[in-house]
Amino acid sequence: MNFSKNLFNGIIPENPIFKLMLGLCPTLAVTTAAMNGLGMGLATMVVLVGSNVVISLIKKQIPDKIRIPAFIVIIASFVTIVGMLLKAYFPDLDKALGIFIPLIVVNCVILARAESFASKNDVLNSLADGIGMGLGFTLSLTILGSIRELFGAGSIFGISVFGGSFEPAIMMILPPGAFLTLGLLLGLLNKVSASK
Amino acid sequence: MVQLFIILLSAILVNNFVLSRFLGICPFLGVSKQVETAVGMGAAVTFVMVLASAITFVIQYAVLEPFGLGYLQTIAFILVIASLVQFVEMVIQKSSPTLYQALGVYLPLITTNCAVLGVAILNIQEEYNFIETIFHGFGAAVGFTLAIVLFAGIRERLVVSDVPKPLEGFPIALLTASLMSMAFLGFQGLL
Repeated sequence: MNFSKNLFNGIIPENPIFKLMLGLCPTLAVTTAAMNGLGMGLATMVVLVGSNVVISLIKKQIPDKIRIPAFIVIIASFVTIVGMLLKAYFPDLDKALGIFIPLIVVNCVILARAESFASKNDVLNSLADGIGMGLGFTLSLTILGSIRELFGAGSIFGISVFGGSFEPAIMMILPPGAFLTLGLLLGLLNKVSASK
Repeated sequence: MVQLFIILLSAILVNNFVLSRFLGICPFLGVSKQVETAVGMGAAVTFVMVLASAITFVIQYAVLEPFGLGYLQTIAFILVIASLVQFVEMVIQKSSPTLYQALGVYLPLITTNCAVLGVAILNIQEEYNFIETIFHGFGAAVGFTLAIVLFAGIRERLVVSDVPKPLEGFPIALLTASLMSMAFLGFQGLL
């Protein structure tokens, strides 16, 4: 059925980070630790699912000319809600993600899915697309965060991996490490997919 | 005066928006294949960022705070920026067709440039006054321009160099950015 196909599509075949290269700012900025990557991914996913569903519900009522501003308002409303929830229930995560919570509004993944998928498909498929893309995004962020945390702090999700004698490479959790990890990871993926 | 200079310098070099705050990565990677287009993008962003800093400052302290609407900040700011971009596009089109030709294609892209919304939110978070806000906005934009122009210069050379096959395109661009960001870390001790 279409539902599962759309759901799976975002996770690997059209992974927003590794295949579509969308939404790189939060990807690079918050992945200093696996937990932050996971949190950011889930927050984005909630917004993505919410905006996809709402937009596909009211797509006929939105005049074509002002659809982009309309999409942005819908997305911004969800971002505000998510921001408030995070502040209330996960204050630590909110502090770690900082300015990148309100900046979910300008995450290109969300607007791109609204424009290219939700505004053309029915609610159920848009829901599947939102969940799939959200999972793909979360997965990529968690992987990047884990790698950077592993080398930069010697742990994953705060659990020490290498033991006490490990000298962490601080560079990995500083800005250059973000570019480096993503670049090498993309190169690796190209290598793997070319040799298949 | 010294305070303003520090804000400016810190936004350009020490906390470079692209290389250390990760704001505006999409245009940084997307429109940096040629120096000329990078300069155009930088100019357009500078223009919008300074204007957006000033207007969002007024909105925040003249509208949102007196009426207790702080929670509408994200929605209000993004709407201001989107309409500002549209407005700037129309004005430039009418007043200076040559400038419009040069900047035209980049203007719509700026709405979703997170550096613009980012600078607006940071201005409020850091509790800058109006003059400091303008300087911070300008410094951030100059920092963005500096990074994207330097990066474009390197990428122009990369095209003709011998890059391992799997690293061609985005991966090598990211590795280059990593080295640049490392170089910018050197400014950390400046202030």
